[in-house]
Amino acid sequence: MHLTLTPDQRMIRDEGARFLAERASSEKLRALIEAGTRWDRDLWQAIAAELGWCAIAVPEDEGGLGMGATEVLVLMELSGARLAPVPLWSTLCLATPLLLALGAGKARARLLERIVAGEAALAVALGDPGAADGGAATITARAEGEGWVLDGIAARVIDAEAADVILVPAVIDGGTALFALERDMGQEIAPLETLDATRPVARLTLDGVALPGSARLDADGLTADQMTRALDMAHLGLAAEQIGAARAVMDLTLDYIAERVQFGRTIASFQAIKHRCAALEVDMAEARALALGIAAEFDTASAEDIAGLRVLAGDLARKAAREAIQMHGGVAITWEYDPHFYFKRAQATAALLGPRDAHLERIAAALLDQGDAA
Amino acid sequence: MSDALRKEVRDWMAKHLTGRFAPLWMRAGAGEGDVMPELRKEWERELAAGRWTCLGWPEEHGGRALSVAEQVVFQEEYSRAGGPGRMGHIGEGLIGPTILDYGTDDQKARFLPPIRAGEAFWAQGYSEPSAGSDLGNIRTRARRDEATGDWLVTGQKIWTSMAHVSDWIFVLARAEPDSVGRKGLIFLMMKLDQPGIEIQPIRQIGGGAEFNSVFFDGARAEARDVLGEVGDGWKIAMALLGYERGISTLGQQMSFAQELDLIIEIARENGAAERAAIRQRIAYAWAGLRAMRSLALRVLSEDPDAEAELMRERLAYKYQWATWHRDLGALAMDVIGLDGAPIEGDPRRERLEQMFLFTPADTIYGGTNEIQLNILAEVGLGMPREPRGTLT
Repeated sequence: MHLTLTPDQRMIRDEGARFLAERASSEKLRALIEAGTRWDRDLWQAIAAELGWCAIAVPEDEGGLGMGATEVLVLMELSGARLAPVPLWSTLCLATPLLLALGAGKARARLLERIVAGEAALAVALGDPGAADGGAATITARAEGEGWVLDGIAARVIDAEAADVILVPAVIDGGTALFALERDMGQEIAPLETLDATRPVARLTLDGVALPGSARLDADGLTADQMTRALDMAHLGLAAEQIGAARAVMDLTLDYIAERVQFGRTIASFQAIKHRCAALEVDMAEARALALGIAAEFDTASAEDIAGLRVLAGDLARKAAREAIQMHGGVAITWEYDPHFYFKRAQATAALLGPRDAHLERIAAALLDQGDAA
Repeated sequence: MSDALRKEVRDWMAKHLTGRFAPLWMRAGAGEGDVMPELRKEWERELAAGRWTCLGWPEEHGGRALSVAEQVVFQEEYSRAGGPGRMGHIGEGLIGPTILDYGTDDQKARFLPPIRAGEAFWAQGYSEPSAGSDLGNIRTRARRDEATGDWLVTGQKIWTSMAHVSDWIFVLARAEPDSVGRKGLIFLMMKLDQPGIEIQPIRQIGGGAEFNSVFFDGARAEARDVLGEVGDGWKIAMALLGYERGISTLGQQMSFAQELDLIIEIARENGAAERAAIRQRIAYAWAGLRAMRSLALRVLSEDPDAEAELMRERLAYKYQWATWHRDLGALAMDVIGLDGAPIEGDPRRERLEQMFLFTPADTIYGGTNEIQLNILAEVGLGMPREPRGTLT
C-alpha cells in the first residue's frame, strides 16, 4: 500500500488547483460576503457543469466516473484551501453517498444523473448537523392520495439556499424515509447568521408541503446503516477541507513572515517562529497521512478511524489558523487580511458532525467498553 | 507475495522463538536494550540460519533483495510475534548498506558475511561529549601512522549503544587537524577489542546500561579499514543515517501498539477507563498511532514522482513518533496510578515503567526534537538557517 497519489490523481489535483487559483480568490469571497451573497453561483456552475467534479464518486454503471475516496479527498482539499463558497461538500460528500447507499430506484437514478451532469446542487436536511451521526430526523411525512405531505423544521441545513434539491430524511410509520425536495415546493428557507460566512446555513420549515409520489427516493426505508455509510464520506470530506485549509493558511503565513521585518531581520528567521511552523508541519504530515490511509481503504475504514481523522484534521485546521493570526500580528484581526476566514471556517467545521470530544469518546468506547482490548 | 511472506515469517517465528529462545519473547525493547546479549546473539544466528537477516541486501551478499514493502512485512510480523530487539540492527541496517555502497571489494568480502551470519556485531561511534546535536563538532582525532598507513585514534565517543558487547565500531573522527565542522572528517572501522580502547558503561535512568562511553587512546584502525577517502567522513556518516529510512519503525509501531494495549487492559482493570480525561487521552493516542502507521507507509514510499511531496513528511516523521511515544509514557503512568500500588510485581507494569523512563530519550537520540524542527523549518519549509555561534 503506497498512500501516494497516482499520476491521474496528481493531474486532477494540479488542474483543480490551477482552476481554483483563478476563480476562487479571497478578494472575490470578500466581495460576495459584502454584497450579502452567500454562495458563488458562477463558480459552482463551472465546478459542477464544466469540470464535472460531482461525477467523480458516482460509479460508472450509474453514469459517473467511478473514482474513489482518494479523488474526493483531493478535490475537497482544494476547495477547502480556497474556502470555495459552493455546495460541493453537501453535494459530493453528503447527498451523493446517501443516494448511492440507498440502492436502486428510478427517482434516485434520475437525481444521480442530474448530479453527474452538474445540473443539480444538493443539500441534506439532517436532524442535527452538530451530531456525528447527523441526528434523528425532525421532519415527519404522511401519505396523502398519490403523494406525500411533509411537516416540521430542520433547524440548520448546510447549503440549503444553494441547493436545487434538498434531501429530506423524514419520520414515517415509525421508520425513516428519504424525500427529494425540489425548489419552490412551498418550503420556507430562512438564512441564518453564522460564524463562518463561507458556508451558508439556513432553517428549513415545511408546513404541510405536498410532494408528488415520485419524491420519495427509498424503496423501503432509509436505514441507520445507509446513513452511516454516507456520513463516513461526509466526515472524510470535512477532514479533507480542514487539511486543505490548514495547508493554505500555513502557506500564506510562511509567505508573510518571510517578508515581515522586525529587529532588522525577517520574523521567519526567529527560532520561536520556525519551531512553531515546523511543529504545525508535523501535525499536517500526521493528519494528511491518516486521511490518505483511510481513503485508500475507505470501504473497510472503521468508525474509530473516521473519528480519529476528524480529531486530527480539526485540531490541525484550528491550530494552523490560530498560529497564522499570531504570526501575522495585529493585521490578522482585520477584515482585510485572510486569516480570519480560515479561523472561522476551522472552528465552525470542527463543530460540524460531531464535536472533538464526541469523536474521541466514540474511539474510547470501542477501545474501553466492549469485548477485548483493541 | 506479501501474504505468503507474512505467513512464512509467522510460521518461522512460532517455530523458533521458543525453547531456549523463549525468554527473549517481547524483550530488549525501549529502555532494556542491554538484556541477555549472549542469548540474543545466538538468536541472531538462528535468524541467519533461517535467512531472516539482511533481507534488503542483494542476493550476492547473502540477502534476499526484498523490497521496502516486503521488509516492512517482515518487521511487522517479527514484532507481532514478540521478537526481541535486534542485536544485529546496526550491522544489518546501518553499516552494512554503507559498505555495500562505499566499501572496497575487500571490505565487502571481509565485513558483510559475518554481519549476515550474526557473527559480528557493530556499534556506532558518532556522538561525543561536545558533539551531540552539533555532530559536526567532532573532536576525536585520527592521525596517520606513516610507517603502516594505519590510523591512530584518540578521543571519546559517548552514548555508544551496546559497545560493551560488540565486536566492531565505526568512528567519525577528525583526520585534518585544523579542519572545522563537516570538513576534514574520516570514517573508520575499528576492532573494539584492542589495547587503545576502553569501554565504560553508562548507567541509565531505568537502571540498565545500554549505552557506553568509549575512550580511544592511540587505538588503531587499519589502513584498509577506512571507508571512502579522507575528508569523506561527513558524507558517509550522513549516507549511513539515510539507509534505514524508518523500515524498522514499522516493527517499532507494533510494540507501541502492544504498549497501548497494555495501558487499555490496565485501565479496564483498575477503573481508569471510566475517567473522562483518561478516555480521551487513550482515544487520542490511538488516533495518533493510526496516523503514525499511514505516515510511515508514506515515508517509506519508493514512488519517485512523490519525492517532492514526501520530503517534508520524511523530516516530520521522527518528531511525530518520538513525541507520540513520550506522551504515551506519561499516559501509562497516569493510568497505573499510585506508585507501588495494586499491580506490584506485574510484568506489564514493569514494561510500562521502563517505557515511561526511556521515552524521554526518544525525543533526544537520533536528532533532538529541537534539531528535527530546525531541519524541518530550514530544509522542509525553506526558512532562514540558524546562525552559527562563535563559542568553542
